[in-house]
Amino acid sequence: MSELEFRDAIREALAEELERDPAVLFFGEDVAAPGGVFAVTGGLRERFGPDRVFDTPISELALAGAAFGAAATGLRPVIEVMFGDFMGLAMDSLVNQAAKLWYVSGEQGSAPLVVRSAVGAGGRFGAMHSQSHGTWYQGVPGLKLVVPSSPAEAKGLLKAAIRDDNPVIFLEHKRLYSTKGPEPATETIPLGEAAVARAGADLTIVSISKGVRDALEAAEALAAEGIDAEVLDLRSLRPLDLDAVLASVARTNRILAVEEGPRIGGWATGLLGMVSEAGLHELDDAWILATAETPIPYSPTLEDAFLPSAQAIVASVRGRLGVARR
Amino acid sequence: MSRRQAEVADGVPGAARARDGEGARAFLPAYARMLLIREFEQAIHRLFLKDEVHGTTHLSAGQEAVPVGVCLALEPTDYLAGTYRGHGHALAKGTEPEGLAAEMLGRATGVCSGRAGSMNVVDLAHGLVGCFGIVGGSIAAATGAALSARTQGRVSVAMFGDGAANQAYFHECLNFAAVLSLPALYVCENNLYGEFTPMGEVTAGGQIAARAGAYGIPFEVIDGNDLWAVHEAAREAVTRARAGEGPTLIECRTYRHFGHSKSDPATYRPDEEVERWLERDPLAIARERLVAEGIPEDQIAALEEETRQQLAAAVEAARAAPFPDPADQHPTEHHG
Repeated sequence: MSELEFRDAIREALAEELERDPAVLFFGEDVAAPGGVFAVTGGLRERFGPDRVFDTPISELALAGAAFGAAATGLRPVIEVMFGDFMGLAMDSLVNQAAKLWYVSGEQGSAPLVVRSAVGAGGRFGAMHSQSHGTWYQGVPGLKLVVPSSPAEAKGLLKAAIRDDNPVIFLEHKRLYSTKGPEPATETIPLGEAAVARAGADLTIVSISKGVRDALEAAEALAAEGIDAEVLDLRSLRPLDLDAVLASVARTNRILAVEEGPRIGGWATGLLGMVSEAGLHELDDAWILATAETPIPYSPTLEDAFLPSAQAIVASVRGRLGVARR
Repeated sequence: MSRRQAEVADGVPGAARARDGEGARAFLPAYARMLLIREFEQAIHRLFLKDEVHGTTHLSAGQEAVPVGVCLALEPTDYLAGTYRGHGHALAKGTEPEGLAAEMLGRATGVCSGRAGSMNVVDLAHGLVGCFGIVGGSIAAATGAALSARTQGRVSVAMFGDGAANQAYFHECLNFAAVLSLPALYVCENNLYGEFTPMGEVTAGGQIAARAGAYGIPFEVIDGNDLWAVHEAAREAVTRARAGEGPTLIECRTYRHFGHSKSDPATYRPDEEVERWLERDPLAIARERLVAEGIPEDQIAALEEETRQQLAAAVEAARAAPFPDPADQHPTEHHG
């Protein structure tokens, strides 16, 4: 079976949806003629024409606003905000316009748009090009927030996001673009459903995006030490598949949430709050591995120490379970 | 491309320009719609004082000629995005007064089922993409709707105030629309005050319209209290947009009869200025012109009476409608 690269999975999903539905269009900064700064979207303009795939000014607010207005009037725009860190500039339109149309209009219509954006640290991009800012949007009813961890998920979830009638923020971790994995087993993957990435009995490690990859690597290392970790891939932060988390915790009685971001105000804190509320009797232990409460540093030594790597996950589990290093 | 400017200086519009080619009769229903908006705003004002309209509300009395003149140049399927001072935008675009009044009153029969209130009305069936509580939001919504409009032979209108011209929305979207040559119409209702502050204290350059020139967008400053002037400028802009010649900005100089919002008695406006603008009431100007062009007085009076009764009946029907019952609500966060 051929292996699929993450960036190709994104491009294939876009191409297939542009092909399938004439209402789909794709625009952003340097996405059309240059093909995107992460080399994800090359060739789409040539294939679908400049009316459907085009470059825009460096105007994130206009980008998001244009996507909202287009979506409210019958199109299904996909936009790219080059780095997730730039999404603060787009926030009013996404939060006050796109997210609210369905509910506030009395369900007259919705804004079926997708915002693709590259997030995550580890590339030495510094504090303003490295954030995983999904949590800025997690508390906004009306938005969906999707965080794929593999090429198969990238393709299946993006196709589902484009077909979804709601505004979807789709966050692609920069460190995943060159990863490879199997083709998706299904045409689309439903939004809001977590997946067990690795079954295990001793504890649940829950994460998103690149954190799932790190958790899987950590789980293999822990297995060699006799600790059988289950890895749960949330896949969406909104809707949040709490049932899947509770089901996993019912099996393992321990949960570690791994977040590439600060603990205060992070998704992991919220998740463990919900798990405590609904499943306290199942819990023997619950904790979080997150980043320091600082902006993301540049220097390789500082950035590496800042991030919750596979090694950090292994060390955290060992420490928490009281397992001595063998 | 014409880049004309009316005689406007220091916020005092010049005399209404006479234009040929538009029979007075076509403007009679437009005058009635302006009167409907005025009556609606006065009714909402009364209902607010009776604590039947809640929170806050931003009345557009005095500015009626702008949305009505613009919508007179549109097809019903064209798009329009309005502001939080948006009752007139909705009514001009075709929203039913009863549904709009019910929305203000928080009733289940409101155009948005009572979920939107005064500032955030949406009426997609009438091409109203939304009214936006955030200054400048309408500019983006209309710019995006223009992406749809260009595939449909339609045009898209953004209504916004002078204050919005200092938002990123304004500059980003005008540039965006210009480079994509979108069929968009940017209509600035310049009522000379951004909330409580005179335009001159917070807005550089003395006018909004010339900013469009920096983006290569044709622009014009007109008397926003003259229905004919607004309509003519909008008609030319719509023609250009439908021909694929891109966006236009029209700055309409006008004045609000009420304060910014319900908490604002507008004491910051000089009495002399208020008097001067009240003398240039857009309804009086339109009525005078209809009479001058030969529409019989009694015909106008009959239409006025009919309009007042229509509005009064709509408001009463809205007041009789039930509130949404939380127990009956099955609201969903997401569509589908």
